[in-house]
Amino acid sequence: MLEFIIYKSIICAIIFAVSLGIAAYSTWWERKFAGLLQDRWGPSRAGIWGLLQPLADGGKMLFKEEIIPNVSNKFLFVLAPALFIVTAIMAGVLIPWGPPVKIDETFYALQVSDINVGIIFLLGVTSIGVYGIMIGGWASNNKYSLLGAIRASAQMISYELAMGIALIALIITAGGTLSFSEIVAAQDKGFANIVWQPLGFIIFFICALAETNRAPFDLAECETELVGGYHTEYSAFKLGLFLFAEYINMFVSSAVMAGFYFGGYNFPFAHELYQAMGLQEGSWIISLIGFGSYFTKTLIFISVFMWIRWTIPRFRYDQLMNLGWKSLLPLSLLNLLITVIVEYFKGNINL
Amino acid sequence: MQLTNRGKVVSNKEQSLAEKIYFPAIIKGMAITFSHLFKKRPTIMYPEVKRQYADVYRGQHVLKLDENGAERCTSCGMCAIACPAEAIIMESAERKKGEEHLYREEKYAKTYEINMLRCIFCGLCEEACPKEAIFLTDRIVDAEYERDTFIYGKDKLVEKIDKRIDVTKRQTPEVQEFKKLPGYKHNELYQKKLKK
Repeated sequence: MLEFIIYKSIICAIIFAVSLGIAAYSTWWERKFAGLLQDRWGPSRAGIWGLLQPLADGGKMLFKEEIIPNVSNKFLFVLAPALFIVTAIMAGVLIPWGPPVKIDETFYALQVSDINVGIIFLLGVTSIGVYGIMIGGWASNNKYSLLGAIRASAQMISYELAMGIALIALIITAGGTLSFSEIVAAQDKGFANIVWQPLGFIIFFICALAETNRAPFDLAECETELVGGYHTEYSAFKLGLFLFAEYINMFVSSAVMAGFYFGGYNFPFAHELYQAMGLQEGSWIISLIGFGSYFTKTLIFISVFMWIRWTIPRFRYDQLMNLGWKSLLPLSLLNLLITVIVEYFKGNINL
Repeated sequence: MQLTNRGKVVSNKEQSLAEKIYFPAIIKGMAITFSHLFKKRPTIMYPEVKRQYADVYRGQHVLKLDENGAERCTSCGMCAIACPAEAIIMESAERKKGEEHLYREEKYAKTYEINMLRCIFCGLCEEACPKEAIFLTDRIVDAEYERDTFIYGKDKLVEKIDKRIDVTKRQTPEVQEFKKLPGYKHNELYQKKLKK
């Protein structure tokens, strides 16, 4: 029992630290990448290549004046950023970062929790995330905040449907399991799910952009129209928590996409490589390489998120709703239908 | 009436399928932004690398000393009159005995102030000066926190005897010629004085 607690706490601590570290350095990379895409250099003053910029930003956020508006609902105002970041980090517990390590004849999964209804948990937690935005926007007692919050919640709820249906198609191809680690492990032999679910992946990707409130779906913040959207009234570290949570959301959804559709810690010819290196199953080197593979994929997805942000202009609100309800939802249903028919003729589904 | 060839005829024709699904356009746009990753950047890393200024760049002023180290300025006020921004204020004083090594002529500027916030760095003061005393240099006026500190007095304007400032770059032959042109009142006076 003690052993179990130690193992889980270590994994928890590592994943917590990595999530926060990635979130911090996403801000740096966002600015650097934006600079590079726009023929600039981006941050270059704080440390080499501006690598200390996140520390400087964090320090700034910490020491700025904390303002809670007089007319706000103070309890909810304080609760919202906390709720947002908690749900953001919570979604990260499912991700299996590498093949299990074998120590003393027992396998230790590199995952905080292998919930057997992982996908449902994931969808649930990300839906709760919208409460952080909604409560924050409402408690601010500011029309811009409220508009941002309403937009965010409407957008997240609309896109969750298409996302869920795209995931159902994925579950069917992955063999009917809802567990994240099993979906990733199923891609060990054969192809990654992207081969069977290209349309599903595109739908999921667009919905992930919308769910994380990233451009071109960043209507919740929408600097040009709503000042700062739902976090207009927030200052100092509460604002920092909101921004942080957004980057954690981005990190988690990138990891989810890499795991669901791109094989997670698996990569082509992995087994041949391990055999050539003479590694046994459960070796920590295999886990390390697997982790490296997963992490690289995740970072590439984060970069793609940013690349999209600096290319595509923001959608108008009605365009957003049209895309969600009139295009993505029917498309995901079509995708589900095709998947079911194909799997039926392959004999994987019995009616 | 057609002014340029860049006009575009607007049409309301229905979008084609490729346009409707957005993807081709999005991929095209992303390719464009991606290609910019490898483009040359025009950034100059300022404090380490400095841009080359033109030889005749008009920056912060200097009040020159003559070859003996005496101030050339006689406080005639020509520069102040020439100044379109009215940035120059000076106060004259008479040279006392024993100050010959400090001031070249009998009259000198007790105070000489240029308001760098008003100054538009046109160089007319330099043109107006009959004594070759004021010049614009290629130095940049520093940023300050207070408005008052932008009023530069003689302590900042007069060059140091051991740290002479080279203005030969602005003293091109064309400039020398230009300064001798008639039509400039002080030049005429100067010429007359020479003739006497």
